[in-house]
Amino acid sequence: MTAFVESRPMSAARPIEKGETLLSVDGVSLSFGGVRALTNVSFDIKKGEVRAIIGPNGAGKTSMLNVINGFYHPQQGTIAYKGQVRRRQKPYEAASQGIGRTFQNVALFKGMSTLDNIMAGRTLKMGVGLFWQLFRYGPALNEEIEHRKKVEEIIDFLEIQHIRKTPVGKLPYGLKKRVELGRALAMEPELLLLDEPMAGMNLEEKEDMSRFILDVREQFGTTIALIEHDIGVVMDLSDRIVVLEYGRKIADGSAEEVQNNQAVIDAYLGVAH
Amino acid sequence: MLYKILIDPFVQMGAAPDLLVQAIWDGFVGGVLYALIALGFVLIYKASGVFNFAQGIMVVFAALALVGFHQMGVPAWIALFLALAVMLLLAISVERLVLRPLVNQPDIILLMATIGITYFLIGFGQLVFGGEPKRMITSELGIPKGAQDFDVFGGFVSLQNIDITAAVMAGIMVAALAWFFSKTRIGRALRAVADDHQAALSVGISLNQIWVIVWFAAGIVALATGIMWGARSDVSFALEIIALKALPVLILGGFTSIPGAIVGGLIIGIGEKIGEFYWGPLLGGGIESWLAYMIALVFLLFRPQGLFGDKIIERI
Repeated sequence: MTAFVESRPMSAARPIEKGETLLSVDGVSLSFGGVRALTNVSFDIKKGEVRAIIGPNGAGKTSMLNVINGFYHPQQGTIAYKGQVRRRQKPYEAASQGIGRTFQNVALFKGMSTLDNIMAGRTLKMGVGLFWQLFRYGPALNEEIEHRKKVEEIIDFLEIQHIRKTPVGKLPYGLKKRVELGRALAMEPELLLLDEPMAGMNLEEKEDMSRFILDVREQFGTTIALIEHDIGVVMDLSDRIVVLEYGRKIADGSAEEVQNNQAVIDAYLGVAH
Repeated sequence: MLYKILIDPFVQMGAAPDLLVQAIWDGFVGGVLYALIALGFVLIYKASGVFNFAQGIMVVFAALALVGFHQMGVPAWIALFLALAVMLLLAISVERLVLRPLVNQPDIILLMATIGITYFLIGFGQLVFGGEPKRMITSELGIPKGAQDFDVFGGFVSLQNIDITAAVMAGIMVAALAWFFSKTRIGRALRAVADDHQAALSVGISLNQIWVIVWFAAGIVALATGIMWGARSDVSFALEIIALKALPVLILGGFTSIPGAIVGGLIIGIGEKIGEFYWGPLLGGGIESWLAYMIALVFLLFRPQGLFGDKIIERI
């Protein structure tokens, strides 16, 4: 009975060095019935970089993240993570391989405290079986204490000590976003997908969040893929940028290259046909 | 007439307070059992959004399994563990054969599926354990018989030992569940799934595992309910309809609230006993069978989300 509540071991893929390709998306197409969300999109994410995915509304950015994290399964194309091409994958399998994420419309566990939300992020790191958990004794108790320490570190890192016990449903929007980042960080992800981490924030909150994102990369060596509408933020933060429009990739390169790309300018400013 | 409805019952209550206490106690015990059934519903509804019509038959099935194993010559305590194993097996089968293939289907399909499970369990139960009513193995499980008498207000109130055991057991079980939910990793995962499926998946919680665990938890609650209810009457398929008694409790307490299930169960239990006792004679008796639904109906008019339920606000 304990076996099936045991968390799964991390995948056995070889470790990836900084600068090597961590994830590569190759010819991915995704459609819902007759609606094409993504058409033949290819790009890669290198270990240690901040990779932005930008594009006008409805360009397929979130769909792309959902494909990477296993919510959607593309009809065509392959995704290779750490050099291994994966088959149809469930979200929790992606999670166990080290892919963490946040959501566009904050998806927190509303009824739970900040602490519990972030502890939930450690689900995969905890493996003591149901038997001990029923009594919360011995191994289960030691495990709780050990992981609680880790969670406190994350709470300190994000400077949210004061809302530790507050139910997250009651928090203001900017803090919710921060707790959500904390929950994703608790997974100690190798690849962190951030879906509009700064949407709806004021300037000060945006600056804080930018700092956290860069610190995350600095301190934990996490690779970050980011969707964001604030072009200024994107240009400042990211090493390389993919631009999507109507589900197709129209540009890919450094901030400067993308800024000077005619297709990108047309997509954002509109063009007379 | 107005005197008979509005004043006379309270005069009676004042005149014989010991009877009132007795009625409240009887209602309380009934309410505890309603609360347990509602608890089974709420657990499954919160975690998987499924309105589990089969909760009633799960109560019968669990009790039948317990009595059935004992009749095969297994000692009572081992039969209890075997009955638990049967409920675990049932949880795994339901997840594999029903929930997994039907994932992302509309709620109504899942409701129909649980009606299917109900009829399957009725047929399967009759095939394996036979259809005749059985006696619950109360004394073999060490549940005391007899009654305690207490002096109250110059009269006396008689509490059945079985009922006391039922109330204590239910209290312990609810406390244990609450503790498990708030303190352990799996409990946290269960609450996470109840709050947001997508986010739960993204942190690596497997919905399939959670469904098995939550159906098993509902199975344990069903077994406890089956023992308590079986001890008061017989274990028979007629018990299945008590699931319908949980409906007004759920409407009162809210489909998503565990405290709601408990408080709702007690209100319905005590309300219908007192209603029957003091107002029943005015209507020729037998109001116990429908009063709960009337209370629920009134509640629907004024507080459709229940006492503790989540308020659903939809954008138009």
